[in-house]
Amino acid sequence: MPDTALTGPRGPKPKKRFSRNNIFLYGTLIVVSMYYLLPLYVMVVTSLKGMPEIRLGNVFGPPLEVTFQPWVKAWSEACTGLDCTGLSKGFWNSVQILIPSVVLSIAIASVNGYALSHWKFKGSEVFFTILILGAFIPYQTMLYPIVIMLREIGLMGDLGGLVLVHTVFGMPILTLLFRNYFASIPEELFKAARVDGAGFWRIYFQVMLPMALPIFVVAIILQVTGIWNDFLFGVIYTKPATYPMTVQLNNIVNSVQGIKEYNVNMAATLLTGLVPLVIYFASGKLFVRGIAAGAVKG
Amino acid sequence: MSYSVEIKQLDLAFGAVKVLQNLDLNINEGEFLVLLGSSGCGKSTLLNCIAGLLEVTDGQIHIKGKNVTWAEPSERGIGMVFQSYALYPQMTVKGNLSFGLKNAKLPKDEIEARVARAADILQIEPLLNRKPGALSGGQRQRVAIGRALVRDVDVFLFDEPLSNLDAKLRVDLRVELKRLHNQLQNTMIYVTHDQVEAMTLADRIAVMKGGAIMQLGTPDEIYNQPRNLYVADFIGSPSMNFLEGHLESGNFKVDDMVMPMTGYDFAAPQTADRPAVIGIRPEHVVTGELVKNAPLQFNVVVDLVEPMGSDTLVYAQLGQHIFRIRMDGQATVKAGETVAIGVDPSRASLFDKQTEDRL
Amino acid sequence: MSVVEDGALRGATGAKRPSRLFRNPMAKIASIPMILTAMVVFVGGTLWTVVHSFTGSKLLPKLNWVGFDQYERLWDTPRWLISISNLALYGICSLILTLTIGFILAALLDRKIRFESAFRTIFLYPFALSFVVTGLAWQWILNPDFGLQSLVQGWGWESFQFDPLNNPDIVMFGLLIAGIWQGSGLIMCIMLAGLRGIDEDIWKAARVDGIGTVKTYVRIVIPMMRPVFITSLVLIASGIIKLYDLVVAQTNGGPGISSEVPAKYVINYMFQAQNLGQGFAASTMMLCSVIIILIPWAYLEFGGRKNA
Repeated sequence: MPDTALTGPRGPKPKKRFSRNNIFLYGTLIVVSMYYLLPLYVMVVTSLKGMPEIRLGNVFGPPLEVTFQPWVKAWSEACTGLDCTGLSKGFWNSVQILIPSVVLSIAIASVNGYALSHWKFKGSEVFFTILILGAFIPYQTMLYPIVIMLREIGLMGDLGGLVLVHTVFGMPILTLLFRNYFASIPEELFKAARVDGAGFWRIYFQVMLPMALPIFVVAIILQVTGIWNDFLFGVIYTKPATYPMTVQLNNIVNSVQGIKEYNVNMAATLLTGLVPLVIYFASGKLFVRGIAAGAVKG
Repeated sequence: MSYSVEIKQLDLAFGAVKVLQNLDLNINEGEFLVLLGSSGCGKSTLLNCIAGLLEVTDGQIHIKGKNVTWAEPSERGIGMVFQSYALYPQMTVKGNLSFGLKNAKLPKDEIEARVARAADILQIEPLLNRKPGALSGGQRQRVAIGRALVRDVDVFLFDEPLSNLDAKLRVDLRVELKRLHNQLQNTMIYVTHDQVEAMTLADRIAVMKGGAIMQLGTPDEIYNQPRNLYVADFIGSPSMNFLEGHLESGNFKVDDMVMPMTGYDFAAPQTADRPAVIGIRPEHVVTGELVKNAPLQFNVVVDLVEPMGSDTLVYAQLGQHIFRIRMDGQATVKAGETVAIGVDPSRASLFDKQTEDRL
Repeated sequence: MSVVEDGALRGATGAKRPSRLFRNPMAKIASIPMILTAMVVFVGGTLWTVVHSFTGSKLLPKLNWVGFDQYERLWDTPRWLISISNLALYGICSLILTLTIGFILAALLDRKIRFESAFRTIFLYPFALSFVVTGLAWQWILNPDFGLQSLVQGWGWESFQFDPLNNPDIVMFGLLIAGIWQGSGLIMCIMLAGLRGIDEDIWKAARVDGIGTVKTYVRIVIPMMRPVFITSLVLIASGIIKLYDLVVAQTNGGPGISSEVPAKYVINYMFQAQNLGQGFAASTMMLCSVIIILIPWAYLEFGGRKNA
């Protein structure tokens, strides 16, 4: 067809770059972003200032003179009561709690989720439903019976006891996560393995595990952030020598003795938040998947 | 001259990907036009451009003589029916039909009248107070058509409206759509990948590929005189037989066979010799008594037989090539038999091997 | 069902059919931790606590029955009453604000904007942080001498007063600001997933019908997202009842007892005041409130499904 000249409107409708809609849209998002970013920013700048500068006021101003002294102090000198060894102790406690808790809870829940999806037995669904409903029971109603149980097996106040508690309370969501994932693996694959003579463990290790790597990553993210951030169980089932980092942080910052060193407090707070933050920024979409999985519990 | 919808030099690109390129299409008043093509050919994209749901990159769209390139979908005088029905699930059927009208602040009795008329035409009066969740697929699609109907517009757009229905219902609703068009005489633009829908419903079919229209014509033209190899191959089931050979002074030579093309309607009177492809539809091959009268006759060896009830599809060996022949459902041929077949060059199609265009 | 009837297979070969209990034993062994957790810790522990809430246990749990005494005392204790009313205030505000903010942010992000993933990352990162970190960060920002209040006063608005952490009347709002900061990103994420699940054709149909964006959200999209809203609601509500760490870190229940919450009451009575009976009674009340929330939800979610 001949390229006749077109008259009147053609092509895309011309748009103003700064239409009222766009100003409203991006304006709102930017203002809200500031609310979300503010605390992180304030923590960072405060932790880099010296105390004299903080006393001058202006919590939001950037540090005039950057000092890393508060970070050093928070890590190795800050006092909990009379013990002045810094947050490092809590950090290592948390690491010692974290690693076995994550390994144990995921190992148990993945095998259990696999059994619940492909090896159902009479009553398995009932127990599973009770487990999921249990996730909604306030922890407070179970705190004291667990104290008694831990005392019975001699783990009260011990890191091992806390590992057990994390395994128990991580079980509902992790089991759900793995059960749903394994249930989505085609039944035919499982049957084919059965016909080939593979049993419970062989199918788990050779067929299911290699296919389940992404869900293991999701579970690890979920557990690492959850256990690292725990405060309640830490404060109840451990003693001062074995306090996890969150509990020690709270004790340092909210201690009534001595002068308040806000810069050290903020450095300590940032240090405690660093592990989950690094995981969050490094994992991106998988973190969202993990919490989405957590969101559909029940 | 009044076209209902005119598309002029339309371009559409998503970033660097050009989906539609310099596309021109005029659609007549009251015409049923089908945009046909496999997925990704740009047919739905074109429909969304006409509706104003996608912004064009260049070119114009006119509806009813008005340039609507920059107009909102609701201002274009169109109604649209979607593949997934897209009914508002929380509203009753009546609510679905009237929601847009209420929003446009039409008087109440006018809304009532339009809903009643649409419900009458589509026979959905008993469903008016139900919610979409309680309807069957066919009923839902009828309501979706009703929602386009109440808008009282000149142009209806259908985006694969029958694809989500099961086979039997699809045939029923197809017939109803045809009836609806006969009754309303509106312009309808219908997107589908189903050639049976296209052939049965359309006044004209636009076969699309790669964002361009390959051929625009009546179903008869598309079927009997495909303009190029793509259209020939795409239309018809089972698809056309193609044999590669040479056109030499009016004869088509393939291997050691010579087919005089007497009676073939060449596009240009003097067609030079060149490599070419001949296309013969399986249903245009005659067998049995009729072979005697056919201008071209061959003997083929049956390779495989697929009885399908109403007819029988035979795969036969013609020289080096597998040749599909559609025979009567009662035909009793067996693999290994030799069968005589006849072909009429006037019903065949010849294509240039290089350009793939019809000769 | 994925039960493989291996008993039947063995029966065919003539071997003795094993009893039901010992069929696929490995699956049962693998489920023992779950069964123990569900039955011993969750069911057993909860029942134990409920039973002991009717005793006069002090330092150690004892079965000396006192009937409803603990509950009577509980509802006579000002600290518990304050805890309950604080939780109610915090809960209602948090529910409304988190749902609203979560939905609006999700809707804004769903408008095909640029830098979507950057904004999403910003809104969600607080959720990765613990309540302790959240509470301490906001404690510092709300510090009257150095934080927000002094900043605004420094701008020349000398009479500006915003000191929630030292003002019993508004201390719960200080907690609320921090709680919403931490939790609304999650709800935004869930809402965004819900919005993305809405059929694109619905939006197209609404545009052809000439319905504006806001009206499409209010009249069509939000009603379609009912399940997402209910999930969010349950999620927020179960989080609110557990509210503990944030209070301990940010205000430690102060000033005075003006920001006490039930979870903290329970733990104080159980582990500091050595009045176990009170703690058990208070935790049983918490359990009751969860059941009150859960039953209508379970009814909506699972009872309604049968009718549909």
